[in-house]
Amino acid sequence: MLSFIAQRLAKAVVVLLAIVVFNFMLIRMAPGDPAMVMAGEAGASDKIFVTQLREKFGLDQPLPVQLYRYVKGIVTLDLGFSFRQQMPVAKLIAERLPATLLLTVTAFVISLLLGVLFGTLAARFAGTWADTAITILALIFYATPLFWVALMAILLFSVAMDWLPSFGYETVGANYTGFAHVLDVGAHLILPATTMGLFFMATYARMTRASMLEVKRHDFVKTARAKGLRDAVIQRRHVLRNALLPVVTLAGLQAGTLVGGAVLTETVFAWPGIGRLMYEALLQRDYNLLLGVFVVCSAMVLAFNLITDLIYRAVDPRIEFAS
Amino acid sequence: MSAAPVVSIKNLKLALPPGSDRPYAVDGVSFDLVPGKILCVVGESGSGKSMCAHALMGLLPDTIIREAGEIAYDGQNLLTLDDSGWLALRGRHIAMVFQEPMTALNPLMRIGDQIAEMFEAHNLLTPKQRKQKALQLLREVGLPEPERSVRAYPHQLSGGQRQRAMIAMALALEPAVLVADEPTTALDVTTQAQILELIRDLQRRRNMAVMFITHDFGVVSDIADRVVVLQHGKVVEQGAADDVLRRPQHAYTRALLAAVPSMQPPPRAPLADRAKAVEVVGLDKTYVSGGGWFQPERRVRAANEVNFDILQGETVGLVGESGSGKSSVARLVMRLIEPDQGTVRLGDTDFTRVAGRALRRERSRIQMIFQDPFASLNPRRKVGNIIADGPIAHGTDPAVARQRAAELLGLVGLNASAMERYPHEFSGGQRQRIGIARALALEPEIIVADEAVSALDVSVQAQVLNLLEDLKARLGLSMLFITHDLRVAAQICDRIAVMQRGAIVELKPTAALFSAPEHPYTRELLAAVPGQISSSRAA
Repeated sequence: MLSFIAQRLAKAVVVLLAIVVFNFMLIRMAPGDPAMVMAGEAGASDKIFVTQLREKFGLDQPLPVQLYRYVKGIVTLDLGFSFRQQMPVAKLIAERLPATLLLTVTAFVISLLLGVLFGTLAARFAGTWADTAITILALIFYATPLFWVALMAILLFSVAMDWLPSFGYETVGANYTGFAHVLDVGAHLILPATTMGLFFMATYARMTRASMLEVKRHDFVKTARAKGLRDAVIQRRHVLRNALLPVVTLAGLQAGTLVGGAVLTETVFAWPGIGRLMYEALLQRDYNLLLGVFVVCSAMVLAFNLITDLIYRAVDPRIEFAS
Repeated sequence: MSAAPVVSIKNLKLALPPGSDRPYAVDGVSFDLVPGKILCVVGESGSGKSMCAHALMGLLPDTIIREAGEIAYDGQNLLTLDDSGWLALRGRHIAMVFQEPMTALNPLMRIGDQIAEMFEAHNLLTPKQRKQKALQLLREVGLPEPERSVRAYPHQLSGGQRQRAMIAMALALEPAVLVADEPTTALDVTTQAQILELIRDLQRRRNMAVMFITHDFGVVSDIADRVVVLQHGKVVEQGAADDVLRRPQHAYTRALLAAVPSMQPPPRAPLADRAKAVEVVGLDKTYVSGGGWFQPERRVRAANEVNFDILQGETVGLVGESGSGKSSVARLVMRLIEPDQGTVRLGDTDFTRVAGRALRRERSRIQMIFQDPFASLNPRRKVGNIIADGPIAHGTDPAVARQRAAELLGLVGLNASAMERYPHEFSGGQRQRIGIARALALEPEIIVADEAVSALDVSVQAQVLNLLEDLKARLGLSMLFITHDLRVAAQICDRIAVMQRGAIVELKPTAALFSAPEHPYTRELLAAVPGQISSSRAA
């Protein structure tokens, strides 16, 4: 088990380095020179100033040297410096990461719980009106653009009914502390997390439903009935447990995209997370910051893949650790 | 024979949903289950034998209507039982063992927990006692290392071990009746012999009534006290095993018994002075799995120095148990997988050396018939296309190829109108005929038949075997015939090669192999074939 994790971590590091190099080259291949852009915006695009800027940020060095420096920095968790925000990239990301994780993990849990619940119900009542209603509901949330659902939710719950705050992470200027602060953040969290969760719920609901109907046909379900087990026990212990295996795979794939996937929601709800940071960096050609966000997102995908594999091995004994 | 029946089924009538091929799945069936006796219910697929078992367990699908009749058990009619009544009965009074030990156990639960569930379902014993009882049961059914097996997951056990675990589970609450639905069909012959022995032994010790469903008359003659023969949902004959097997009254029973291939190979003229159609020299194949960046490899030797040849017009059989490597050898000969070493020659061509366009051209010389007539035909293509695809790919004019496909359908005994229909519209035997027509479409010199009749009922099996024999003679084909069924091999093969763990341990003319087997493994296989005494007396 431990050796498996060690092997996977070693592989993940190699993959991550490959991603870093690839991203670095990709951005350097794009036309435009950050020094020129900065000098231009500063209103002093004379040659000497540009050269100074280049030297200051190491842009005068050959590409391999720049790459070497960058990779060396990443190994020591130094993601470079954001010239735009005049702050280390690592610090910028560290400030924003908790908010994003709070939002996306909450949304993820909501989507998974509701998805599996509705999927199970739909499978239980397959072919009846309840099944159809659940399917339609899930598809409506899936088919409607996320930002539109977000805007409608704001209109309904914030503007019309005034139940929940419409934007931000906390009430600005209120300076809540302790439990009051938790409640405040929680209230801000409900709308964005639910909006996102409902969107992803559809895939889990559909997957769970199809998977349960498939598992129900297996012989071991008949064996369970032949034992005289009650239907509820059969559904939970024999059908659902087996049916959740493909759902775990799907959830693992989606969990990896949690960090980068919240751009839209964060923008609509003015949620101060990584998604918005990335959006801003993109508009401002903040290469180092953009690269930094990419690296963190990639690391997150790799981490969640590893976690998924571990969970899969825990729930499915047929997959054995090679050690 | 004087004991009162524990279960008495009277005039059971189960209606199929409208639109089925017949109105009743089970039509007026009556029989008794007697303590300490084994009743074999025999019939071909679709005869309604599984329906009877499911009715007895209350596991009928909702679409089946219980129209009339009675299943009397312990003073009550089971057909009128409500859900809670069934819950109390199932497992505790009537238990069941299923056909596929692979799929009948929950893959995510330990064997011990699945047995313990039996007690839990009926609120018996404490969790700790349940565990101990599970261990004790595994010991009783003869599972090796019961302490380890109780903690094992189903995939960690072999097919035979899983079936033992299933039986342990079924026996947990000491039921009065055991329903066994083809419990040995998916097993190798030697394992089947052990499981049959176990069931008979346990049934005697516990004085259980056993309803044993099978399509195999060999098994019937080994295990049955009484026999019920079903055809299209009706009982055509029932009586003591000896009477039914030796003096069958009904024409259908006689036909079924006659269709069972005999262990006596028919006399065959020796094939001398013929050229070699296939020559296999020193074939080696090892499967390597796992082995990523860091993982260690797992190696299975599927073919180990395999040598044999097939003369023109000859049928060579490849027999052995599952995992012996016979299918791997078939695929190597077909060059569907590449050997690690060795040569396969087709006539004068070194089939292992050709590549690219030449390989594709040579492939038409050797064609395959597969085991599963359901999975081996593309469900979304019409039969005409399925047969004509190969020749068209080899450059035949489509119109000519379709014309030829129609002729081939006639050759295998189907109507040319089958061209425009889809595979699901045909029965298993008909589909196997389509598979044969497809293999013949490329006018091959050699046919590789991989368990080509294993999935078929005996009567259909006999027809398909006759067809293959006839086609072989008419078209001068050579054949590599892979089977686990020694009776089938006896009937169709000129020579037989016995495989064990990737190696051929004995290769002889069929008659010589059956009359004077030399290798211990060959003798073991021959001894395990069910129904040897009675088949000779029935014949």
